[in-house]
Amino acid sequence: MASRTPVSIIEPDGTTPGYDHGLSSGELLRIYSSMVLTRAFDDVCIKLQRSGRIGFSIPNKGIEATQVGCASALSPDDWFFPSYRDFGMPLYHGVEPVEMMNNMFGNAQDSARGRQMPVHFSFVDPIRLVSISSPIGTQIPQAVGAARAFQMRGEDHLCLASFGDGGTSSSGFHSALNFAGVWKAPVIFLCQNNGYAISCPTSSQTASESFGIKGEAYGIPGVIVDGNDVFAVRQAVEQAATRARAGLGPTLIECVTFRMGGHSTSDDPSRYVPKELMEYWAGRDPIMIYESVLFREGHLDEARKTQIAAEAEARVDAAAKQAAATDPPSLETIFSDVYEDIPQHIRTQGEAAFDLVARKGGAAGGGGEFPL
Amino acid sequence: MALLTLLQAINDGLRNALQDDPSVLVFGQDVGPKGGVFLATENLTSEFGEARCFDTPLSEDGIIGAAIGMAMNGLKPVAEIQFQDFIFPAFDQIVSEAAKLRYRSGGQYTAPMVIRTPYGGGIRGGLYHSQSGEAYFCHTPGLKVVVPSTPHDAKGLLMASIADPDPVLFLEPKALYRSLKGEVPSGSYSVDLSTLRTAREGGDVTVFCYGAMVPVALKAADQAAEKGIEVCVVDLRTLLPLDEEGVLDAAKRTGRVVILHEAPRFCGYGAELSALIAENAIEYIEAPIKRVTGFDTPFPNTLEHHYLPDERRVLDAIETTHAF
Repeated sequence: MASRTPVSIIEPDGTTPGYDHGLSSGELLRIYSSMVLTRAFDDVCIKLQRSGRIGFSIPNKGIEATQVGCASALSPDDWFFPSYRDFGMPLYHGVEPVEMMNNMFGNAQDSARGRQMPVHFSFVDPIRLVSISSPIGTQIPQAVGAARAFQMRGEDHLCLASFGDGGTSSSGFHSALNFAGVWKAPVIFLCQNNGYAISCPTSSQTASESFGIKGEAYGIPGVIVDGNDVFAVRQAVEQAATRARAGLGPTLIECVTFRMGGHSTSDDPSRYVPKELMEYWAGRDPIMIYESVLFREGHLDEARKTQIAAEAEARVDAAAKQAAATDPPSLETIFSDVYEDIPQHIRTQGEAAFDLVARKGGAAGGGGEFPL
Repeated sequence: MALLTLLQAINDGLRNALQDDPSVLVFGQDVGPKGGVFLATENLTSEFGEARCFDTPLSEDGIIGAAIGMAMNGLKPVAEIQFQDFIFPAFDQIVSEAAKLRYRSGGQYTAPMVIRTPYGGGIRGGLYHSQSGEAYFCHTPGLKVVVPSTPHDAKGLLMASIADPDPVLFLEPKALYRSLKGEVPSGSYSVDLSTLRTAREGGDVTVFCYGAMVPVALKAADQAAEKGIEVCVVDLRTLLPLDEEGVLDAAKRTGRVVILHEAPRFCGYGAELSALIAENAIEYIEAPIKRVTGFDTPFPNTLEHHYLPDERRVLDAIETTHAF
């Protein structure tokens, strides 16, 4: 049964009693740089939205240890079925910030050709990060199916389904855990309990004592970890991955963390998040917690820290400039990728649209804001 | 009378319904203290308490299933689905349960309830925050489907929907939430759920539309008038059941019909209108019936202004129909 107290490893003084991370300095700093890059990407996206350069973003601050800790314990051959608040996973595995910025701007270089809202990424290289869906919980049973495919082919890969506390209320969550339990599918369910589903606190989602305990009813081990402790997350995901690859089936991991911002750039969390709660979690910044280890073990000093932050900022700024300078998608992209071959009725509609543009000019740019 | 936005008119209608009838409940995701992501339910929890206006767990099928049970047992649920794009987990509960409960129980059980949900494009919301799914629901006997286009009608149609003995899907054109204001009576009133509204008189061409496309049609009609074409704009308001007599009258008056909606064309609501007119008034029709619609593709993000019908496309159809 899941312990009620989240497992944590990193002590306030930066020691990790009883835990040997077994990582080289380079590996430790890769985790750190990814967390810093994730924070920088979030900062820049919010500024771009505030200045009207992009329409929307999803604040990601405060959850870097959960996302990067998890990603660092998985192989690039594993498949990721993330939620829309998962910037750290692609960035750890080497997706370039500009590829993500292309989505934020919805430009012609965006992998989804500007069809999706910002933060709805889709990548196949260098990792499989499956096209993100806005409706909550839809990706969770899909991850189980993809894991079943690995299982049937005898492949050593697994699927990660990532979702928030609100996602556990969806029917998709319950179906997925049930299927995965029955099939012993190689899948990891990562519940990022960040305190709120938009404005609704966890108490409005469940009467359970935790989210981790929900695995028990499906015959799945559930563990609860401190989501702001990158080692605690990494350890839990490593153990779950070992189990999955050994054919022992799925694991549910609840990462207790906090969303240090609104649900989206359209949301004002001061309307519903108590100030004291925000202050408490500000004192538990996951990057700061991890720095205490790196400083103590001598992998990081002030100069290197400043350099890593500056590099991250420069990479994201350059990505934003490049994405902003890229053209929007062409009109043809409305009509392609609906099917493998374009059926006649869609072709006819496309031709009529091009003809109208030729005769009467194009449509005026949309001025809508999200949400109004 | 007060000058309100469509969003404020909905908020006002919900407030009056909560005041008038203690069995009315307003609930959904974030509708409580936050007041909804668009603020349609702003201040209702503080005014009426958490027992009357409240947040639910994040499960659309849970919300609608629970609403059906409440409705059959004497409450008047007004459930919100945050975006119409998120309604599909509840499709079974709406289509097979709420809509058919009266029929399958021989009238012993009914589900008088309202499902409010913002629909349509124009907010840079991409394919998960922009869809117009009315055709899926209009194919459902037992359900009523209502789409307001003015603040006055939004409140009156909402109050009529809440008072209605059958389940009503109330589609709110989110593009119009704050973009227009209109006179709205204070206090309770109803707008009849079975009559269309003539939004503009004109003798040359009739444009049928609803929701967020009504202002687009009116702008196109103004531009057509400058070219000497007088356009009658019909706001259908209630898609199911349809004011068939009103539609046929309006079609016969000009004999030239343009149908406008932002949903995809194939099997869209326009196909039903077109068939109705062809079957019952073909002898009055002087030009091929034209549809201006969204494309038969998913809703794009960056290029949404090309996907959504605009005055340019509507005017082109009006001119073509008129010149035929």
